[in-house]
Amino acid sequence: MAVKTIAGVEVKVTDDGYLEDMTQWNKEIANEIAKELNIELTDKHFEVLNYLREKTIAKEALTIRSVGKSGIVDIKQLYELFPKGPLKFSSKIAGIPKPTSCI
Amino acid sequence: METKEKKPLEKVCIICAKGNLEDVYASLVMANGAVMEGIETNLFFTFFGLEGITKKSMNHLHTATTGNPAMKMPGGLPFPTMLGGLPGVESAVSSMMRKQMDELGMPPVDEFLEMITAGGGTIYACRLAVDMFKLTKSQLSDEVKDIITIGEFYELCDGDRTQIIFT
Repeated sequence: MAVKTIAGVEVKVTDDGYLEDMTQWNKEIANEIAKELNIELTDKHFEVLNYLREKTIAKEALTIRSVGKSGIVDIKQLYELFPKGPLKFSSKIAGIPKPTSCI
Repeated sequence: METKEKKPLEKVCIICAKGNLEDVYASLVMANGAVMEGIETNLFFTFFGLEGITKKSMNHLHTATTGNPAMKMPGGLPFPTMLGGLPGVESAVSSMMRKQMDELGMPPVDEFLEMITAGGGTIYACRLAVDMFKLTKSQLSDEVKDIITIGEFYELCDGDRTQIIFT
């Protein structure tokens, strides 16, 4: 665990760079983490991020399959929004823990 | 201090040569997992593995109820091999297994193949095995890109951070 300053806020992050406390998250933090991953966030990205955060609060397991059935994006679009890390990168940017699912 | 440079995988080529439910799913989970990690992924089906990409059979795969010492009854007791040989038992056990996998959020085979190609993974069938089983391209899942020879498969496996996985 480490403390990192992201978008002017001191946040606790894991060794992999995921936020320890998802309540410390805000849009500026999301933008800055996304920039490190070479992703420019659009409204569509935020729809996905908000969905991931809602499901995490509801303690539901996240898979790319469930995101694909969310009605927000299909799996192909999810890969287009978060290339090479549809669940990992989106979770990191959403300020939620590293995904534990295999699917 | 010596620092070790990490050399992440760049490409995996996965071979599925068996048509049991568990063997096909092992290949699918590994392939999908690789795609999700941003690893270039080729999935090659050969011999009985072709069951996993044949439209007619792919969503009805069976697990072996005879000759499978790991097989247990619900509740954990060993599954008698004699029972596994009775007509209909393998079918019933397999459909129960598919139901349990569905409850865990595992997609049926056709959807799993779509998930892999949606992320940029590529699926191939083996030329020799397709000819042997007298199959045609139209009998295979639409997600199958091509029917290729083993030589062409090896050409796809270039690169020094590539691994070939045989499941």
